Amino acid sequence: MQIIYTDTLVVGAGLAGLRVAIASKERGLDTLVLSLIPAKRSHSAAAQGGMQASLGNTIKGMGDDEDVHFEDTVKGSDWGCDQTVARMFAHCAPKAVRELANWGVPWTRITKGERQVIVNAHKVTINEAEEAHGLINARDFGGTKKWRTCYTADGTGHSLLYAVDNKAISLGIPVHERMEALKIIHDGKRCQGVIARCLITGEVRAYIAKSTTIATGGYGRIYEVSTNAIICDGIGQALALETGVATLGNMEAVQFHPTAIVPVGILTTEGCRGDGGLLRDKDGYRFMPDYEPEKKELASRDVVSRRMTEHMRKGKGVDSPYGPHLWLDITLLGRKHIETNLREVKEICENFLGIDPTKDWIPVRPTQHYSMGGIRTTPTGESPQLSGLFSVGEAACWDMHGFNRLGGNSLAETVVGGMIIGKYVADFGEKNNLVIDTDLINRFGCELTQEINVLVDGEGTENTFELKLAMQKIMMDYVGIFRNGDELQQAVDELSQLLKRSRNIGLRCKNRHANPELVEALRLRRMLKVALTVACGANARTESRGAHSREDFPQRNDKDWLNRTLSTWPDADALAPVLSYEALDVMQMELPPGYRGYGVNNTIAHPDTEKRQQQIDAILANLGIDADRYAKQAAIMPFTLPDELMPLNQRLSDTLNRSVDSTTIAGDK
Amino acid sequence: MSQARTIRFSIFRFDPQDPNDKPKMVNYEVTEAPGMTVFIALNMLREQQDPSLQFDFVCRAGICGSCAMVINGKPTLACRTLTANYPKGDIILMPLPGFELIGDLSVNTGKFMRELAERLQLWLQPNNFDSDIHRIETPMDPDEAAKLYELDRCVECGVCVSACATKQMRETFVGAVGMMKIARFELDSRDTRTADDFYHVIGNQDGVFGCMTLLGCQDACPKDLPHMQQIAYLRRKMAIASPNRIL
Repeated sequence: MQIIYTDTLVVGAGLAGLRVAIASKERGLDTLVLSLIPAKRSHSAAAQGGMQASLGNTIKGMGDDEDVHFEDTVKGSDWGCDQTVARMFAHCAPKAVRELANWGVPWTRITKGERQVIVNAHKVTINEAEEAHGLINARDFGGTKKWRTCYTADGTGHSLLYAVDNKAISLGIPVHERMEALKIIHDGKRCQGVIARCLITGEVRAYIAKSTTIATGGYGRIYEVSTNAIICDGIGQALALETGVATLGNMEAVQFHPTAIVPVGILTTEGCRGDGGLLRDKDGYRFMPDYEPEKKELASRDVVSRRMTEHMRKGKGVDSPYGPHLWLDITLLGRKHIETNLREVKEICENFLGIDPTKDWIPVRPTQHYSMGGIRTTPTGESPQLSGLFSVGEAACWDMHGFNRLGGNSLAETVVGGMIIGKYVADFGEKNNLVIDTDLINRFGCELTQEINVLVDGEGTENTFELKLAMQKIMMDYVGIFRNGDELQQAVDELSQLLKRSRNIGLRCKNRHANPELVEALRLRRMLKVALTVACGANARTESRGAHSREDFPQRNDKDWLNRTLSTWPDADALAPVLSYEALDVMQMELPPGYRGYGVNNTIAHPDTEKRQQQIDAILANLGIDADRYAKQAAIMPFTLPDELMPLNQRLSDTLNRSVDSTTIAGDK
Repeated sequence: MSQARTIRFSIFRFDPQDPNDKPKMVNYEVTEAPGMTVFIALNMLREQQDPSLQFDFVCRAGICGSCAMVINGKPTLACRTLTANYPKGDIILMPLPGFELIGDLSVNTGKFMRELAERLQLWLQPNNFDSDIHRIETPMDPDEAAKLYELDRCVECGVCVSACATKQMRETFVGAVGMMKIARFELDSRDTRTADDFYHVIGNQDGVFGCMTLLGCQDACPKDLPHMQQIAYLRRKMAIASPNRIL
C-alpha cells in the first residue's frame, strides 16, 4: 500500500475544505486535498442565493452589524447553537466577503439612486446613497432583520467556488480527484490520516498528515428526495462515527427547504421569496400571511416548511401524480429581474418542468435540504475526542446553526468557518509533528481491503441498490418535517434491520477497479449508520426545536432539552449508536433563551433563564451609559479569534456618520 | 393516458483498464416515465440492468458541469436532457471526445481544466493595495460586476472543447473555455495583467489565432455564453497588442 505524507490533509474540495487548505498553505505547510470529483463540481456551486454578512451597504441594510446578525442566527437556531461560535462567525463574515472580492468574486454591486423592489407583493422605491455606489449589495432572506445576503446574481456559490478554487490553484495546492476516504487512521486519541480508495483504479492508499480536516458536506442523500447533490451522502460523518470515539452532534437536526421543484427536488433559491416571490395554494390564494402575519413568506425556513405542510394537510395542496404541492409565484418580479437575478431558477424551470417562470407558477414543496448536525467540534474546529481531527462546513457541528439554519448562513459558514478554522489547523500543523505508526496504518488499510474482498468475492445475497432505496424511503416516511414517537421507533427498527442485512451484500459487478456497484455498497453501510444517528436522535428528543418538530411533543422544552445530542458508535457490530447529551449553559449565553417570534410561545423555560437575564442587566448597568456595543458584548460573553481576525469591521455608516459630524463641526465654526 | 413508451438506448461501453476489452455499443431499453431525464434513465439502467455502467453526475440540476456527454451526436449536459425530447425514442450516448476516457461515459474533464488553469494562470492577479479585509471594500462599477458575472458563468463542462474542430486537430489549443476565462480576467478592473501579458499566452495558434471560427462552442454551450463575441473581442485585442501591430 502506498503511503503519502503531508502536513495538512483536507477531505473534500468544496468551499470549506479549500478555504482551510489555502489557510494552511499560506503558512507554508504542505497541504493536500482529497475529493470525489473535480473541486469546481462540489455542491458549494449549487448555492444560488447568497451569503450573509452584515456589511450594511444597501439602504435596507443600514443599521446592520455583528450584533443583529448574531441575534438573528441564535433565534434562527431556536437557541440550539453555540453562541460563542455564532459570535465568531458574525464577526468574521464581513471579512470573508471582502476577502473574496480580493480573490475575484464579482459581487453584485449597488447602483446609487432610486430603484424599484418588491416588498410584501407591492412595488416599493428605495433610494441608495451616493456613497454606497459600487459597494457590495445585499438582498432580503428569511429570518433576518436586515437585508444582509450578499450575492452575485443567482450564482453566488458558483462564483465563490470558482474564485476560491482558482486561489487554491494559484498556490499550487494539489487536489487528488476521484479519491474516496473510507477510514480514519487513529489510536483512539490521535487522528493520523485516512485510508482512501481511488475510484478509477481501485487502489487503496494511506494519507498520513499532522491534521486531517473533514469537509465533505452534509448527509441529505440518506433521504430519497433531497435538494443535495448526489455525492452528499454523509460519508464524512460516517468516517468520524466509525472511529468509535469521535462524536457527531445534533444529527436529528435536518432542514427542509420550502421551495424545491416537484418531483425532482431541485432547489429554487430563497432569493425568489427574498426578492418578493409569493407562495400560493390550489386556489391561487396567498396563505402565508394567515399563518405568519409578520414575516409571511420570509419566516424562518423550518417555519415556512411546516406551514406549507399544514396547509397541504388541510387539502389546499395542488394534486399531482407525485402527490400534493403548492405554487411559488415569481411572475410579479418581472422578466428583466428574473432573467438577470434569478436566471438559474429560470433555466431549471425551463429544463426540468418545461415552464416559463416569468409567466407560470412553479410547483414546489418542502424538501430535505441541509444537515445542521455533523462531526462535533470545539470552536477551533477540532474534534473534542480525537486530536488532529478537524471538521468544517456542513460536515461539522461547529455549531452555529443549532436546530435551524438561516438561509445564506451556510454558504457563509463555508468561507467564514474555513477562514477561522484554517488558521487553527495551520497552528496545529506548526506545533505538532507527524505521528507515523506503520502497524496502525497497515491495520486500517487491511480492514478496508478485507471489506472490499468480502464484497467482491463473498457469497452475499443482498442487493445494494434495493437496500439503499429502502433506507431512503424510511427516512422520507418516518423522519421528515413532522415526527412522532411511533414512526421514529419504526424507523429505528427498520434501519437497524437494513444495517444487519447490509453485512450480507453481494455484488454483480466483480471489478476491483472502477466499479460503481462496489462504491455504492461501501457507501451504503456507512450511510445506514448515519441514518440511524438521525433517527435515534430524533426518537430520543421528546421536544420540538427548530427543524425538529414532534407532533407528540410540540413544546420547545428548555428545562429538559436545552442540550446537544451526541452520537458515537463504539461497538462496530452494534445496530444502533450510543447517545449522550452535552448541556448548553444558559449562564454563559449572551442571548438567554426567549421567544422566537413565530406562532404561539409555548416554551417550557429553563430555570436559569431569568437568573442569567438579571445577571446580564446588572453587568450592563455596571458598565455605565458610555460603554459602546463592543464593550457591552465583551462584558457579557467574551470570545476569541486568531489575532489577524480580531480587528473591528468598518462600515459605510461609520464613514457617513463621520462626514455628517465633520460637516456639523464645520458649520459650527 | 397513452401507454408509456420504451426508450431504446445505445451506449458506448469500454473499460480502458481491462486489457481484453474493446470499445463497443450496447443496447438497453427502459420504460419512460413522465419528466424522465437521461440522468434518471442511466441510474435505472445501472441499478436494474448493468451495475458496471460508468457515468458522472453530481448536482443533477445543470449547475456543476459533470455530466456532459454526446447525445445523438450533440454534446450537452445529460442531467437536464429530457427523454421526451426524442420523439422516436432512440437515444445514442457517447463519451465527450477530447478528454481522457475513464470508462464508458465517464471522462476526465477535471484533469484537463486544472492543467488549463495552471497553464493560462486563470486566477485573479490583483494589486494588493486595497486588500484590507477589515475596511470598506473598493467600489466596483455595478455594470462591470454584472458583465464579469456573465463571463464567470462557465461550468467547465467541456462541451465547447468537444464541439471544437480546431481542438480536434490541435491538441494544445486552449479552446473556448480557455479564451472565455482569459476574457473574464481581461475585463476585470482588479486584475493587473495587460493585453500584452495575455498576448504571451493566447496570441498564437494555440489561442485566438488558431480558432477557425466554426463556432461549435457557441452553438453547443449549455450556459449560452457569448463565445463568438469574446473570441472576436480577444482576437482584435491581441492583434493590437502584437509586437507587429497587426491592426
